[in-house]
Amino acid sequence: MGFLAATGRAFLVFLEATGRLAMFTGTALSHCVRPPFYPRQILRQMIDIGFYSLPVVGLTALFTGMVLALQSYSGFSRFQAEGAIATVVALSITRELGPVLGGLMVAGRIGAAMAAEIGTMRVTEQIDALSTLSTNPFKYLIAPRLMAGLAMLPLLVLVADIIGIFGGFLVGVYRLDFNASSYISRTWEFLEPLDVISGLVKAAVFGFLISLMGCYHGYHSKGGAQGVGAATTNAVVSASIMILISNYLITGLFFSTK
Amino acid sequence: MSARPMPSRSDTNRTPPSTTPKITLKGVTKHFGPKKVLNGIDLQVGTGESLVVIGGSGTGKSVMLKCILGLLHPDSGSIRVDDAETTKLNPRDREKLQHKFGMLFQGAALFDSLPVWENVAFGLIQGEHMPRAQAKEIAIAKLGAVGLTPDVAELSPSELSGGMQKRVGLARAIADEPEIIFFDEPTTGLDPIMADVINELIVECVKDLGATAVTITHDMASARKIADRVAMIHQGRIIWTGHAKDIDHSGNPYVDQFVNGRADGPIKMQVRAL
Repeated sequence: MGFLAATGRAFLVFLEATGRLAMFTGTALSHCVRPPFYPRQILRQMIDIGFYSLPVVGLTALFTGMVLALQSYSGFSRFQAEGAIATVVALSITRELGPVLGGLMVAGRIGAAMAAEIGTMRVTEQIDALSTLSTNPFKYLIAPRLMAGLAMLPLLVLVADIIGIFGGFLVGVYRLDFNASSYISRTWEFLEPLDVISGLVKAAVFGFLISLMGCYHGYHSKGGAQGVGAATTNAVVSASIMILISNYLITGLFFSTK
Repeated sequence: MSARPMPSRSDTNRTPPSTTPKITLKGVTKHFGPKKVLNGIDLQVGTGESLVVIGGSGTGKSVMLKCILGLLHPDSGSIRVDDAETTKLNPRDREKLQHKFGMLFQGAALFDSLPVWENVAFGLIQGEHMPRAQAKEIAIAKLGAVGLTPDVAELSPSELSGGMQKRVGLARAIADEPEIIFFDEPTTGLDPIMADVINELIVECVKDLGATAVTITHDMASARKIADRVAMIHQGRIIWTGHAKDIDHSGNPYVDQFVNGRADGPIKMQVRAL
């Protein structure tokens, strides 16, 4: 009986949290499309998410592409398929590794920063102060972050795709002695627009989820420094989990043959 | 200390407050989980009046203020501003109503991502869509009104002392000349001299604007200086209201205990045994 009660309570808590997140998302989205807009805030967030995340995302993509080329070579050489390395690197980076690893890195950097900033604003009454100054916190704080996340992640991932493929090229040509022009032509030969587009769609969804989780956990944080710390952790963990789950769902939508 | 010497509220030849109610609370209740914080608040604030609400920590002072401001929704009861009910306003009308309010928060609540002048001009730029250059001029003038020099305008809030942050918060609260100003523990955490400077600034700013002021505090020196009328809140109810000059002979044992800061009396502090 105690077990059933505990299960029921946990389920109710889960439903309550889901409902609260759904209402938060709905309110935030409605403020994304209704004026007034805050272009300065949107621009600031775009620079924060897009420009300042470039080094970490670029470095991740570069080494991922390099490792992928090395691993593929050592595996594929067992059955004389070394020629497929350029294609494998391009497809893996554009379809999966670019958006997923880029998304996870941005979740760690931006999701945490958003939750910490908004959480601190909450516990120091800055969000209440916004309301008393006739400014809707959803419009001023949440909507610009959601829009910036949605817009900037695809751009970041596009750059990451190029850098990742370039990393594979560096290892292929300078370490594994492939011919440079044939490596490039192999890369182009089998790469289809859908491979890149699917990755960019994933990136847009991931960008939205990262911003949403950062804002949601920050907005509902309470209890001082400890609460802000918990909000930051929850934002990163929940964004990472949602990235992995939505990655599977979107892959299924684009590439499922059954 | 750059503030100028100013008369206390009781010294000034100010126009007596009007008896027309600016804010009326009737039977306002609010609970958080099982804890009932407001237990049927009845209170009236006249136009141009300075009301100070005193009471111990956790008695519901801040919650009452946040209910009037619309930051919290009361569970029941009525809150009227200028004789119009505010508890059932839609978000757009609530945003309009906010133009009437200014608020000085306990910790000043300055936006640390913005310089001081933008904090002061925030309501003018975002709320009233005033051009930034014009809003900056007004912000610097308001900073001057609270005794801060123009060079402070470009600093970040984190570079200011607690007293200066309170003054910037006050400048922000009065920047778009609200009809009603709320002060949440304006002197908490300040040394006695700075606390008195802030009290005098509050008196002068409220007088200059002709605004209605509601201050919550447990600092009796502050209450005596700011108040026309004092109300005492205890366990979520207003248990006494009267003129500031009557506070020392209220005839109410709760008020007497609070005003004199005695541990013995009808108010029992809940101290958990270790």
